[in-house]
Amino acid sequence: MDLNTAAQINSFLAALVLLTAFGMLVQKRIYGLIHLFAWQGLFLAINTAIVGYVADKHHLYISSLLTLSLKVGLLPYILHLLIHRLKIHKEVETVINIPMTMLIGIVLVIFSYHLMAPVTELSTLITRSTLAIALATVMIGLLMMITRRHAVTQIIGFLALENGLFFAATSATYGMPLVVELGVALDVLIAAFIFGIFFFHIHTTFDSLDVEQMVRLREEDVDD
Amino acid sequence: MNLIPYMIELLQVITLLTVAPALVGWIRMLKCWSQGRMSAGLLQPYRDLFKLFAKDIVLAENASWIFRFTPYLVFGTGILAGGIIPILSIDLPLAPTADVIVIVALFAIARFFTALAGMDIGTAFGGMGSSREMMIASLAEPAILMAIFTVSLTNKSTSLSQIVHVIYSGQSVLRPSLAFAFLAFILIALAETGRIPVDNPATHLELTMIHEAMILEYSGRHLALVEWAGMMKLSLFVMLGIASFAPWGIAARGSFIAIPSALLFMVLKLGIVGVLIVLIETGLAKMRLFRLTEFLGAAFLLATLGMLSYFMLD
Repeated sequence: MDLNTAAQINSFLAALVLLTAFGMLVQKRIYGLIHLFAWQGLFLAINTAIVGYVADKHHLYISSLLTLSLKVGLLPYILHLLIHRLKIHKEVETVINIPMTMLIGIVLVIFSYHLMAPVTELSTLITRSTLAIALATVMIGLLMMITRRHAVTQIIGFLALENGLFFAATSATYGMPLVVELGVALDVLIAAFIFGIFFFHIHTTFDSLDVEQMVRLREEDVDD
Repeated sequence: MNLIPYMIELLQVITLLTVAPALVGWIRMLKCWSQGRMSAGLLQPYRDLFKLFAKDIVLAENASWIFRFTPYLVFGTGILAGGIIPILSIDLPLAPTADVIVIVALFAIARFFTALAGMDIGTAFGGMGSSREMMIASLAEPAILMAIFTVSLTNKSTSLSQIVHVIYSGQSVLRPSLAFAFLAFILIALAETGRIPVDNPATHLELTMIHEAMILEYSGRHLALVEWAGMMKLSLFVMLGIASFAPWGIAARGSFIAIPSALLFMVLKLGIVGVLIVLIETGLAKMRLFRLTEFLGAAFLLATLGMLSYFMLD
């Protein structure tokens, strides 16, 4: 595989990552959302493996395998389990309507392209053109967290944001050192568990995962 | 003067006129089979057209010239577009006169007059159909222009013949921008030709019909022309997609030697597209009208992403 083909495959996978990010932004069903998240993880894993092969960085294979097992296998499974156990209803509820969110997403992509253009000029890696896409994925993950009402969808937004960061690391510097990546992977895993526990608590307190309910939280008057 | 390109041009328009009903017949046939019904055969649309041409016209008393003029205009724009889009050959005398933006405008003119004709008689259905059609048009047109701009950017021209030429001369590369534009084009083509997630071509149920509601008052040869133009529009969109994304098979030079293979490839591609359309139509249900903003918004999003990824990735 020569450099040119690798760069092409890399940019195609970047486009697919961006597409899945937008897919998650517009998806209305919660299971569809999780499937899209798993697909994004798969594209990331393939991309990482290809970059590792081209750049001759073998530790990238390990982080690719980590991505594959965590983001394609384990995290979607945990989320499935949570939704099933907590009997969350299957519709995603948004704060702003979906076409509007889409337009904001497009603006974010243009913004990150503009922001990343000077950085791309400086870089000499074959993956440099995907840097703007990575930033856009991070931004879209943030947008998802802001525009969703339910805790589960906000968490998926957070995980998508983490995907974007991981992608940015791969395209900016051929990945972080292995120690850092192992640490991040572990963090995400633990975060998922903690989120799960939080979900249970929110659910038992409010009987719903709608975070708007938290407005009701008030400090109780202390009786003398 | 070299007459051969003119003759090919003529041949191409005739091909379009004859193939368009067959494509519709093919789709209906496949659909019948997939639903376990007997089909009326590939030639049923021809029989329908023939019967309609033989019938008398019933005109409403208050029909103005717009109502009588629209079928001819719609049919004429279809033929004109068929002369511009490279279907058999890219060496067409009409091709330099108009680029792909003009073709979109031609479809827009036809749609505008159909909507006017729908309102002209003053029945409730016509007006309802027209307003729905215009709503779809206002959402679909920016998206199709975006998709076309993406294709034009990657091939450095808005002329369809030139686009085919560039695709022939360039080496095949994996372009994310074209993939996005292609996806967007499929969604828009389904909306523009009134296929299932947007409009159901087989229904006369008043609550759901869009295109059928506008042409409800037509009869006789007027109806035949409108129906034929509708079939041509479906074929034209398929051929527009073929020319901009997968032109292989279209003759590169204006000579008769390459025409038979071009015809063969065209029929083959139309057959495959028919199968895909039936797969889409049996797999999806018709959408609620107010969800169309999301459907066409997604098309616009894909087209815009295509254009952005042209700048970002290519």
